[in-house]
Amino acid sequence: MKLSKIIWKRFRKNKISLASALFVVILFVIALGAPFLSPYDPSEIDVSNILSPPDKAHPLGTDELGRDVLSRMIWGSRISLSVGFVAVGIAILIGIIVGSLSGYYGGWLDTVLMRFVDIMLTFPTLFLILAVVAIVGPSIFLIMLIIGLTGWMDVARLVRAEFLTLKERDFVWAAKAIGIKDIRVIFSHILPNALAPVFVAATLGVAGAILIESGLSFLGLGVQPPTPSWGNILTAGKDNIEIAWWLSVFPGLAILFTVLSYNLVGEGLRDAMDPRLWGGTEE
Amino acid sequence: MYKGRGTLNVGHDNSCLNNMKELLKLEGIKKYFSAKGDNILRAVDNVSFSVKEGEGFGLVGESGCGKSTLARLILKLIPPTEGKIFFDDLDIVEAHGETLSKIRKGLQIIFQDPFASLNPRKRIVDAIGEALIVNKIVPKREVKDRIIELLKKVGLNGDTLYKYPHELSGGQRQRVCIARALSVNPRLIVADEPLSALDVSIQAQIINLLEDLQIDSNLSYLLISHNLQVIEHFSDTVAVMYLGRIVELSPTEDLFAEPLHPYTEALLSAVPVPEVDKRKKRIVLEGDVPSPLHIPSGCPFHPRCFKRFKPCEGEVPALKEVKRNRWVSCHLYA
Repeated sequence: MKLSKIIWKRFRKNKISLASALFVVILFVIALGAPFLSPYDPSEIDVSNILSPPDKAHPLGTDELGRDVLSRMIWGSRISLSVGFVAVGIAILIGIIVGSLSGYYGGWLDTVLMRFVDIMLTFPTLFLILAVVAIVGPSIFLIMLIIGLTGWMDVARLVRAEFLTLKERDFVWAAKAIGIKDIRVIFSHILPNALAPVFVAATLGVAGAILIESGLSFLGLGVQPPTPSWGNILTAGKDNIEIAWWLSVFPGLAILFTVLSYNLVGEGLRDAMDPRLWGGTEE
Repeated sequence: MYKGRGTLNVGHDNSCLNNMKELLKLEGIKKYFSAKGDNILRAVDNVSFSVKEGEGFGLVGESGCGKSTLARLILKLIPPTEGKIFFDDLDIVEAHGETLSKIRKGLQIIFQDPFASLNPRKRIVDAIGEALIVNKIVPKREVKDRIIELLKKVGLNGDTLYKYPHELSGGQRQRVCIARALSVNPRLIVADEPLSALDVSIQAQIINLLEDLQIDSNLSYLLISHNLQVIEHFSDTVAVMYLGRIVELSPTEDLFAEPLHPYTEALLSAVPVPEVDKRKKRIVLEGDVPSPLHIPSGCPFHPRCFKRFKPCEGEVPALKEVKRNRWVSCHLYA
């Protein structure tokens, strides 16, 4: 049986993680299908319908410019997901390379890279982003890049730790003895065995990146209006919280459930991918 | 238990071996590891021996005496602190590029734990196929046929091809490891405790397989084991290691008939004898093997030796030929 099947079988047993994964998949469908799914144009202003509470025409109400909140949230999910994935993609790529080299070669390279990780960890991501945004101006791509560039250290440490134990395993010695080059030993033999914790870190990282983006947009330093994002809908909600609860509650819940789902998927994956739990000859 | 099939030594007794070419040669190999503080762990200390073409060479010793370190040194998986290793007159320590890949093809290893020595994420076809492709043993389109042929050779059928290691039993995995080692057509296989992780019934199968392969392909073996019966059955020459040094090196028959070093004597006395009335006197050594961090002065074995006398504490005895082909490092024979 293929390994992916085993992982899926084990993952399926955890109902909460499965439900979370389903939620994540639905979010993807929503983000991809935004043009077809959203009932209104997200930037269409309707002054006759300002701050109308949820009703038939606007299931999640309208904002202070009469724009449909549901449509804005549907379009906003694209921002959240793309920030999450691009930022984490960058972080994982850097983390894997640094961690692999550090763990595999050890010695002075390891010392240099790990001290660099220590230095990077002293940067508070949020303030770094604020500083860069203050200088360059707000840009979603810049934010993705900075979240990625400041978020790879955990992955690097995880990968390094995995490499330290895996590189002493007999199958790695055997691969070297049979004449396989270092680069192939690292990426084809060791890395696939080191990925389980990376996947977990990645899903958790997506959640973290979504939170950072929402926070920045909320502060007005992220996605700029009129482009909708869950964070900047919340900003409008803050201004009107006493008269229009729906502006705060729905994007807030969206962020909450999205982040929670990613975390739960991460945990489910961790349990499902741990080969120590597979046993000898599982059917 | 391994006695059913006649001994391996048939066909090439020692006189014949003397004329054979030296395939693997170790000269004064040392491997020191730096440990906590300023301590030095002397895992392998001044080891020299050679394995001839077609020979079964047994390396015996207790756990922690440096046997596995020696295996890794020979395979160039770790560099020695000092000394030279030659394979087919090629310098392994200095080898790189073409020479190294030539050595790698001639010299393979089988590990102790078949559960750890196969990549859990690679199917058998990929694990063996990779060896064939990387070393350009056969053209790409023949790889699969070759793998099936290799699996057949080690007694596995084609179903195994697309399985993952966790779907196989320990014995099957060890067969896969052997097939992988054989894939590059090696001339010498270093077998590092290839049996000790297997059930007794499987052990016999694997040792028979190794024997058949030796006869078929004129393989040489460097068999590392702590099991004296296996060594006696399998090898033409035996080296006994204690704390990183060779204490006795001798043709197998002579060594088992008349052990010269007191340590060898004690080891042999611990082997159970299958005959009821033939009771040997068991020599029980005092104490445990000292840590290789604090190797005793003089002869490393002297604190536990039942024949120790004055010079033993003073200096390390050299490995000397005390009888024809029999090398011992002991002051008794000085």
